[in-house]
Order: sequence, then structure tokens, then C-alpha cells
Amino acid sequence: MDVIAQIDAEQIAQLGKTIPDFKAGDTIRVGYKVTEGTRTRVQNYEGVCIARKNGVGIAGSFTVRKISFGEGVERVFPLYSTNIDEITVIRRGKVRRSKLYYLRARRGKSARIAEVSNYKPRKQPEA
Amino acid sequence: MLRTGLIAKKLGMTRLFMDDGRQIPVTVLSLENLQVVGTRSADDHGYTAVQLGAGNAKVKRVNKAQRGMFSKAGVEPKRKVVEFRVAPENTITVGEEITANHYFEGQFVDVSGTSIGKGFAGAMKRHNFGGLRATHGVSISHRSHGSTGQCQDPGKVFKGKKMAGHMGAARVTTQNLQVVKTDPERGLIMVKGAVPGSKGGWVTLKDAVKKPTPENVIYPAGLKSLDDEAKRLAEEAAAEAAAAEEAAAKAAAEAEQAALEEAEADLAADDAVKSQAPEGGDNNEN
Repeated sequence: MDVIAQIDAEQIAQLGKTIPDFKAGDTIRVGYKVTEGTRTRVQNYEGVCIARKNGVGIAGSFTVRKISFGEGVERVFPLYSTNIDEITVIRRGKVRRSKLYYLRARRGKSARIAEVSNYKPRKQPEA
Repeated sequence: MLRTGLIAKKLGMTRLFMDDGRQIPVTVLSLENLQVVGTRSADDHGYTAVQLGAGNAKVKRVNKAQRGMFSKAGVEPKRKVVEFRVAPENTITVGEEITANHYFEGQFVDVSGTSIGKGFAGAMKRHNFGGLRATHGVSISHRSHGSTGQCQDPGKVFKGKKMAGHMGAARVTTQNLQVVKTDPERGLIMVKGAVPGSKGGWVTLKDAVKKPTPENVIYPAGLKSLDDEAKRLAEEAAAEAAAAEEAAAKAAAEAEQAALEEAEADLAADDAVKSQAPEGGDNNEN
């Protein structure tokens, strides 16, 4: 293993995060730590994951889209961000693309995603 | 007080997540067998400097002159050799190894390297020119540089005019990069941001010239011998402390034992006194 991969692996181990198995199309809730003045609280952000980028390593990130007060909002989170308290999968979606950017042009009925009825958890590669 | 810099190999980039939620892009630089292979003195050469060597070179790939140089210094042949000017009091003896402790976390450094070659590049890429318009009669020359000067007077293109040409593969220095983390065991230095050159390329690090020299930098350099000495001293101190503690513990134990014995003796004496009354006592007092 080269040194960069080693450093990344060490850092992932040190951060000690449990990241659920989710992909584009899934509806997820992200608990994001918000600091207001001196106190910190967790703010939930719930929406459809429309993209996973840069793999499962330290550089990985994902995009969550939701409609907030009639306006489309997208947020990009780093997978291993220390500001993320927890990620929960709410609904598994059935999609045929890895990037669901087409949802940006859609609203309402046409922006629905069917649910996966036979979800099988992926085997953990490094377990 | 000018002190030596370092030669490092660029391994690549990654990111570090901080506890406060920040993420820092870092370039990982590694020190590979970094040793002093020579010195320059004012008497012999007219200036003072240390010559550092890094990496490993196969003996058969090193020319005879250099082989002689390395054997004289008593070090393995090095892949990369660089000279750093230093103040006369900061010269280092030949053969000393330099560690990543040379820089501390938070310090600013200047990093020099050879940038990635771009070949013959046009004016848009090389000098950020805007190019010509996409329409309005422009044909074939959408990415050209346009005019290069005036007319019959001066009748020439001025020297230094920005034009297309060779780009990259030149020595570039990036100033004021912050050292985020050092790892002396593996010989790694992580600096914030990008560093010139490709992965596997050699770069040199120096204390930032545009920042005041921090007070806690190590003179003459972060040497392995100094580290070993410090470690030895720390171990000795720890051993001494342990010994002292042990002695104290022993003394305490002894005192306790003595107290216990005394108490026992007292108890026995009391018993004796008690038992003496009816019986005449036993031999505890002896």
C-alpha cells in the first residue's frame, strides 16, 4: 500500500465513522452539526441522494437534493466530514442512473422514484 | 540565522479532517534517507553551505566522480543532491541524517520544484489571453493572440512580448505554505495546498523568507542524532524518575512495614501486659 493510501486508511480508522450503504436514488437524512455562537446542535437535512462522487475513500462526497418551500435545494457533503453527526437511510430508491441530475428539471409526479422492494445489503468489502 | 532546507519527494495530495469540521487539502512530502553529503566553508570555497543528498541511487548508475564524493563522505550514493546556503554557525557535520522534526506544525515554508511540462502552449493557456471572438468574421484564429505591436515605427516586436511557446518544466517556488502535520517516524511532512511538480518529483523546502523566523525552530537542523540524544536523555530521566519513585515506594513500604511492626509490637506488648497480670507473660519483649 502506498503512503497516501495508508494515511487515508489511518484517518478513516481514526475518524471511526459508520457510513450506511446508500446510493443515488435513496432518500437519506443527514444530521449536520451547526454551531450557533457557542452551542452546537444537530440540524437534519433530508432529501434524495442524487450523486455519490469519488468513491468510498476519504475524498468521497455525496449530493442531497430536496424541495424546500417550493425551491430546489442541493447540498454536497463530504462523506467523512467531522460535521456530520449521522447519516440515516429512510427509503431505498430504484434508479437506473448513478447520477440523477435529470431530477433538477422535474417537479412533482415525474420526479418520483420507485422504491426497491428486494433490497439486499452489499457485502462489506473490508470486514 | 539562515539554516538549511530539506530535499523531499512529492508523494501526492490528500485531505485532513479537523475536529472543528474543517478539511484541509495537503500535499504529502517524504524525506528519504536525507543526509549531509558535504559542506562548503568560507575558507575553502568562499561561502558557507551544506550539501544534502536524498533518495537511493544504484552504484552502477552513479558516475565515478560522484562515487568518489559519496565514498569520501561515507554515505550511500544519493539520487538527488542539493546545496543550501547557511550561516557559518549552522553548518552540519557530514553524514548526519535530517528528520521531519526540522519543521514544526504551523510553520510556514517555501517549496521549490520543477513544474509539470506543458510543451508548446498557445497564448491563451500560457498567458491567460482571451482569444478572439467565436463569430463576427473571425476565421480559423479563435485561440490566437491577436496583435503583437505597432506599425512601421517601431517596426519590430518588442522583446518579452507574451506569445505562444514552451510552458512548464521550469523551476517554480510556492511561498508561505503552512506545515499542517509532520511524522518523523515515517519521515513525512504535510503542507497545506499544492506544491510544484508531479508525483514522485523532488522538491526543496526552506523556511519562508516572507515570514519572520519563528523562535522555536531547531538550530542547526532537525537532526536524527539530536532526536536520539533527546530520546536517550528522556529515557534516562524517565529511568531516573522511575528509580526515584521506586526508591520512594520502597522507603514508604519500609516505613509502613516498620510502622506495622511497631504497631504489632505495641499490640504484643499490650497483650503481654494484659496476659502478664494473670499468667506472668510470654517472650514478646525480648
